[in-house]
Amino acid sequence: MTALPTKTDRKLGLVIDLDTCVGCHACVINCKEWNTSNYGVPLSDSDAYGAAPEGTFLNRVHSYEVTPEAGPAQAVHFPKSCLHCDDAPCVTVCPTGASYKRGEDGIVLVDESACMGCGLCAWACPYGARELDALAGVMKKCTLCVDRIYNQNLPEEDREPACVRTCPAGARHFGDLGDPESDVSRLVAARGGVDLMPEMGTRPVNKYLPPRVKDRMTQEAEPLPSRTDGPSGFLKWLDSALEAL
Amino acid sequence: MTEMTSRIEAQPSPKVSDEIRKTTCYMCACRCGINVHMQDGKVKYIEGNRDHPVNKGVLCAKGSAGIMQHYSPARLRAPLKRVGPRGSGEFEEISWEEAYEIAVSWLKPIRETDPKKLAFFTGRDQSQSFTSFWAQAYGTPNYAAHGGFCSVNMAAAGIYTMGGAFWEFGQPDWDRTRLIMIFGVAEDHDSNPIKAGIGKLKGRGGKVIGVNPIRSGYNAVADEWIGITPGTDGLFILSLIHELMRAGKVDAGYLARYTNAGFLLDEDGLFLRNEEGVPLVVDRATGDAVRFDTPGALPDLTNGLERQGKTYRTVMQAMAEAFLDPQYAPEAVADRCGITPERIRATAAELARVAFEEEIVLDQPWTDWKGQRHETMVGRPVSFHAMRGISAHSNGFQTCRALHILQILLGSVEVPGGFRFKPPYPKPPEAHPKPNAVGRPGQPLAGPHLGFPMGPEDLQICENGLPLRIDKAFTWENPFSVHGLMHMVISNAHAGDPYKIDTLFMYMANMAWNSSMNTSEVMKMLTDRDENGEYVIPHILYSDAYSSEMVAFADLILPDTTYLERHDCISLLDRPICEAEAAADAIRWPVQEPDRDVKGFQSALVDLGARLGLPGFVNEDGSQKYADYADYMVRHERRPGIGPLAGWRGEDGESEGRGAPNPNQLQRYIENGGFWIGHIPEEAQFYKPWNQGYQDWAVKIGLFDKPLPYVFNLYVEPLRKLQRAAEGHGACQPPEHLRDRVKATCTPLPVWYEPFEEAAVDKAEYPIHALTQRPMHMYHSWGSQNAWLRQITNVNRLYIPGGIWEAEGFEDGDWAEVTSPHGRIKVPVARMDALNAETIWTWNAIGKRRGAWALDEAAPEAEKGFLLNHLIHELLPPKGDGRRWANSDPITGQAAWFDLRVKIRRVPPDGPSEPAHEAQASPVGRGPADVAYGEGFK
Repeated sequence: MTALPTKTDRKLGLVIDLDTCVGCHACVINCKEWNTSNYGVPLSDSDAYGAAPEGTFLNRVHSYEVTPEAGPAQAVHFPKSCLHCDDAPCVTVCPTGASYKRGEDGIVLVDESACMGCGLCAWACPYGARELDALAGVMKKCTLCVDRIYNQNLPEEDREPACVRTCPAGARHFGDLGDPESDVSRLVAARGGVDLMPEMGTRPVNKYLPPRVKDRMTQEAEPLPSRTDGPSGFLKWLDSALEAL
Repeated sequence: MTEMTSRIEAQPSPKVSDEIRKTTCYMCACRCGINVHMQDGKVKYIEGNRDHPVNKGVLCAKGSAGIMQHYSPARLRAPLKRVGPRGSGEFEEISWEEAYEIAVSWLKPIRETDPKKLAFFTGRDQSQSFTSFWAQAYGTPNYAAHGGFCSVNMAAAGIYTMGGAFWEFGQPDWDRTRLIMIFGVAEDHDSNPIKAGIGKLKGRGGKVIGVNPIRSGYNAVADEWIGITPGTDGLFILSLIHELMRAGKVDAGYLARYTNAGFLLDEDGLFLRNEEGVPLVVDRATGDAVRFDTPGALPDLTNGLERQGKTYRTVMQAMAEAFLDPQYAPEAVADRCGITPERIRATAAELARVAFEEEIVLDQPWTDWKGQRHETMVGRPVSFHAMRGISAHSNGFQTCRALHILQILLGSVEVPGGFRFKPPYPKPPEAHPKPNAVGRPGQPLAGPHLGFPMGPEDLQICENGLPLRIDKAFTWENPFSVHGLMHMVISNAHAGDPYKIDTLFMYMANMAWNSSMNTSEVMKMLTDRDENGEYVIPHILYSDAYSSEMVAFADLILPDTTYLERHDCISLLDRPICEAEAAADAIRWPVQEPDRDVKGFQSALVDLGARLGLPGFVNEDGSQKYADYADYMVRHERRPGIGPLAGWRGEDGESEGRGAPNPNQLQRYIENGGFWIGHIPEEAQFYKPWNQGYQDWAVKIGLFDKPLPYVFNLYVEPLRKLQRAAEGHGACQPPEHLRDRVKATCTPLPVWYEPFEEAAVDKAEYPIHALTQRPMHMYHSWGSQNAWLRQITNVNRLYIPGGIWEAEGFEDGDWAEVTSPHGRIKVPVARMDALNAETIWTWNAIGKRRGAWALDEAAPEAEKGFLLNHLIHELLPPKGDGRRWANSDPITGQAAWFDLRVKIRRVPPDGPSEPAHEAQASPVGRGPADVAYGEGFK
């Protein structure tokens, strides 16, 4: 059993905009790429060119279809990685102390040298956000790119998670959600950001911005008045429009 | 609780890499800038280049998976000579010297006797200005890249209508537009800029309307989704035009000043011209017929002219008559389009509201081509983008034309908030070359292969009426086939129609698989033998970097490098990386040297050109002119002072656009991050076709040699000339069997007609439309071999809408047999409701042939993946006249992939998917079982 900090100085996390995520998987692959060559053991791929390829990813995009009561069916792309919960069950369940949440910034990490690969944390996480690397036998998860965000070897503008830096649609935002004045907190307030599965009591730091209401045009658009009547009426109107120039 | 001491420090600053090398991505066609982090001589991490004009730092899934492509086990290792039968994949590795000797032994004799016996087609080539230069020097008329089976309708309609097209040659004004309407975008080109643009637009409260039978990708985030029935986009657009005209919601001043709306049509439908051939308009102020470009004259659009007993009406009068016809009323088109009349009206109203009520005015003076100064730039913040979805139909050219007419009627082209051209566009059709297809033994071609015909006289037909080109481009079957018809080359060569060839030479086009229509039959054509036991296509020469399906069908393989091992130029002579604000070009350079006996294809062509003694590839003494492609990129001059790269020209490297070759040019590009950018002056940013400042700037940097102002072609007179020929006028007329088709389809104003295959098949028998789309994380077969990307998608299911799903009694995990008039496939299915009710679809290019791409023969891509291509024929169903009618657009020859009609039935849920082709041998073995990339960097 591993303890959580009673409070964290900052709550670093992601705000993910479901209104603009087009489901392109850029964040998925750039995360894989950064994290396989950097923090901890590589994110391995088993049977990579075979019949059942399966590898470790710290971030995946799931796609859902939603059919509203009125209007056409909709598609929602839903990227999911560790939400760096304040009440992180993956930490408290860890028998070795390998899983921990940092007091200074709230990031939930795994100390890979202390991880025995028991998988309890993955079972405890209600979001399915942790993956046990099959080759290394070590639990892997989103680190919020802890090796990027403070990294003096990177230009300051690049000190953000790889998924945020690469997202083409600008659907991913990074910042301190513990600071109500931060850009991400303002964005959450302005767009009605929500917790994922709040009923689980995990108090996730990451927030999701819901999609805007869709397919309202037919109800909302003012129909165009008929100002012209047939070709000659149109030409007459056009002539007067030119006259006015 | 345990307190561990090995926890990572609070603020870690690990070393990221030894070095960053900046080059250009090639994981798809978008050509983003990338920072390649190198460590210990290996690629460690690839990210987007923040300074790059295309992607501005971001990078998609494909680009981020570049490491797995660069180190792919499917990479070819050395030149290959076929030792087994064609199609088997059995090869032996040979030296480059032997490979060149074999290639020259095929290419030299036919050049000296009959150069058209070589068909050279280059697929997804990003060096077309170079490969076409080579082909022109060789002298074969048979050259093109893949545009004919991609989106030539979009490119041709754009250039004929408004002197530019979407994607590479234009883009929405993403910083100012408030409404974008996207038609049939396959989620690919212009991938990162579109995603970024949508994000920006939504961030400021703008709206996205997506028109696509399938609600995925951009359509998933669209505020409004219009799930149109395939092949009816043109009808929908003409109905929007009808509504806008009915309501008087068109930009009258824009039409008068910047289009041919006021041009006078004689009774033959040709422009009234003065003695110098300049079209005339009626000046509203004086009532006189004057040159359309007369300073101070505002054309009358509505009254026409009576002169010497003849009546002339304006283009706008013809348009009013055509488009206000009740056949385009929303009620008349709704059922066919699968859209309610209310929704069509609402769309028109929304376009009009944003265009005319949210007008943008920039305080930016500018001077027009007639010398008149304007104090402001007025914009209509409605923009459009479209790609293959509307393009890949046999009515696609006219549909794309209709879309451009809609843009122009709204006054939203080349204005703030609208659609903007990227240099070297705008460029009117008449400023492009004319096609050349007369080959002469031992001689280069007289001019470029591809061009823009302006009438029947520019077609490329023999005196006996036969096509000059193997793909029948620039004939009455498809007179404006400005990108050629790559999809017809193998079929025509096999049929000997119009003639037989000796050598098929291809690059980077998987024509034995996902890039061909009718794949199974194409595989047979490539292996078919004549009565003497010889292959019907005697020699096949192919260049690829990977062990693709096409490799197995070649006799000789020239192994290409990966994109990180090569030189390339993304040139202003070709398809550059310009933005609306700037001219820009870029290079690739070897950030890592190949560890195999491979060579960039373009360098191999440089060598072959020299061995064949082609003009432009040898010095006066016969020695090789360029050492390799990099040397060509620096030293070649297309016109004096104009070369493949525009940046850092001149001996001192300080010139832009024009200047002598600079031996240090590539180093300057590398120092600048792999690209060059030259900004367009502020007063020249909009109204480019009519903006004196822009025209002067374009001449200064060498895009043109003199200003080329022009007006937009609402009415395309060259099409009318084709129609007139079909009506029996002039020396060059279509053959009898094509007259009616030319009359019906080559209309000078856009028209909608039922797609050909749909019209030819029994719709009750084949009631369903079938489409493919490209996933955002894949680019053709390159992506689906990638160890990371194939974990996202390695099985493509056929998606079926709820109505058909329930009617056929499908359940989860089911399989289906899908039958078209041409073939059948057996495939796994899944339900999808965010889909047009008459349409089924799947992801393209996931399915693989067993043994290809170094994958296991039991890979899901082969077991469950499939191609829809087997159902799509390159020919229309036979008409009983013995003719081979191409399944293509009748104007441009664009492959009509999306005209497909099918029927579907449930079959026992059991793989593999069918047709199940036998495995090809792998010349590179199999990929490793496990990958733990990055291990060595710890």
